[in-house]
Formats: sequence, structure tokens, C-alpha cells
Amino acid sequence: MTGLQIGWKMFLNMLPALLTILSIVSILLYLVPQESIVQLLGAKSGPVGVLIAGLVGAIALIPPFIAFPLAGILLSKGVGYSVVAVFVTTLIMVGFVTIPIEIRYFGKKAALLRNSLSFVAALIIGLLIGLVL
Amino acid sequence: MRYRKILKQYFWLILFLLFSAGSAVFNFLPGQKILANFNFFLFELITFLPLMFLLVGLFDVWVPKESIERHIGAEAGWQGFFWVVLLAMMQAGPLYGAFPVAYILSRKGASVRNIFVYLGVFSCLKIPLLTFEVNFLGLQFTLLRTLFSLPLFYLIGLLMEWQLGENYKVSDGK
Repeated sequence: MTGLQIGWKMFLNMLPALLTILSIVSILLYLVPQESIVQLLGAKSGPVGVLIAGLVGAIALIPPFIAFPLAGILLSKGVGYSVVAVFVTTLIMVGFVTIPIEIRYFGKKAALLRNSLSFVAALIIGLLIGLVL
Repeated sequence: MRYRKILKQYFWLILFLLFSAGSAVFNFLPGQKILANFNFFLFELITFLPLMFLLVGLFDVWVPKESIERHIGAEAGWQGFFWVVLLAMMQAGPLYGAFPVAYILSRKGASVRNIFVYLGVFSCLKIPLLTFEVNFLGLQFTLLRTLFSLPLFYLIGLLMEWQLGENYKVSDGK
């Protein structure tokens, strides 16, 4: 098989699961509008706020070109640096909704472990940034 | 038989498209907004994913196993970390696009540790993302996040390798 054929076959393999997930995420994104995310993250500060930010970031699948402006809004509203850093980091590193696809490539153990470790790492990164800034 | 399988795979998607078409016809606003969200993701998918898979395919055929093994394999050490960070930073697209690349790297002999370093850096430190981050959150924020991330990603790589074993392989996603 040529390189093109190999790539194309792998692409077709991933496509149905991915489109299904993206359509579900589109519905979720509608049900939970950006304003409520801003409200949710701005509501609590301190450890509880950081934890909420981490969980929201882990569950949401928001593309970076929405997420970073959103994070900028949070900062301008006076939300702490650690909350914003944790939110941004879990958002791009932890993919709760794409776990089914990750499992197909990496297996259950590796996928769950990578997401959990990334979650913890995001918390640490957020706390460190909060200490410095 | 083959059509039934395809129909089964895309069943939810077909429902979703029917719902969207219905929303357009009957002017159902929530449905139209949901479709707008979906189009947005679809655009991201179409712009990055085929390219990633094309690269994976060409990589598979053109890049010899020895060169991957030597540069980011189990024996590569610190230089391996450096190469894999560089490779991941130069890419773009959503995280799921990195999964097939991880598979091909794994097949070509990259170490388990470096595969997970790759995923970490790909998700958080790819250059297109960083430029965006600098714009909205500032240079200081971005540099600090990068600085704190790198050692943690290395640590995650080590922990994953320890948990999964050195012989762990990423599968082709079937």
C-alpha cells in the first residue's frame, strides 16, 4: 500500500466516531453558552475555583480560538491567574468527550491515566502560575 | 452488507443532519445555532485532519524505522526529549489529530515516554497555539505556562512508561 492509501484508510476509520462526538459537542456547546462558563468560573476563587475551572476545562471541548479570548475575558473580569491557567490547560490537554477515540488508539488504561495525570499537571501549572503572577 | 455497516456507523450523524435540515426549513433557531457550532468543528476537522493522516501515511512509507529509533527511541536520552518537543511544537490542529501520529511514531520505535511527551507538548505548546495565547493572555503568562509545563510533561512521560511498560504500543485506531 502507498502512503496515501494508508493515511486515507486511517482517516476513514476515525471519521464516523469523530463526527458523532463533534455533533454531540455542538449540542452541548449550545446548551451551555459562553456566558454561563464565564459566570461559573468567576463565581468562586481559591482552591474551589481552581478545581471547578479544571473540571469545566476537562469536560468542555472548546477550540483554542474561542477558548483564549474567553480566558482573556476572565482575566479582565478579575478572575485569578491560577483559575484561568488551569482552565486553559485542562481545556487543551484533557479531553473528556474524545476519550472514546483516545481509547481506540491507546487502550483504556493509557487513555484514562493520561487524562488523569494531565489533570493533575494542569492543577500544578495553575497553582505555580498563581504563585508567580 | 457493507452499506449496512456504513449506515450503522453514521446513524447518529444522519439523525443529526436531518434535525439540522428540519431546523433550517422550520426556522428553529436552537437547531441552527447547533449546526453553526458543528460547522465550526467540521471546518477544523477538514483543515487539519486529512493533512495529518497524509503525513502519517507518507511518514510510514518514507521514514526509516532506524532513524526514529535512534532519535526518539528508548536509547535516545535527553536528545530524544528535545527532538520530540521540537516535532510536536511545529504542528497544528486539535489533539485528536495527534493520535494517529502517536501511532506511527510508536510503530517506528519511539519510546513510550517520548510518545506521551509528544501528546503533552502537542496539546499545550504547539507554536500556532502559543502565538494565540500570547495575543490574548500575554507573553509572561504564556512563557510561565510553557516553563512549568515541560518538566511536568517529562514526568508524565516517565509515569506512563512506568505504568504501561517499555513494550507498550499505540494501536492504529481500528
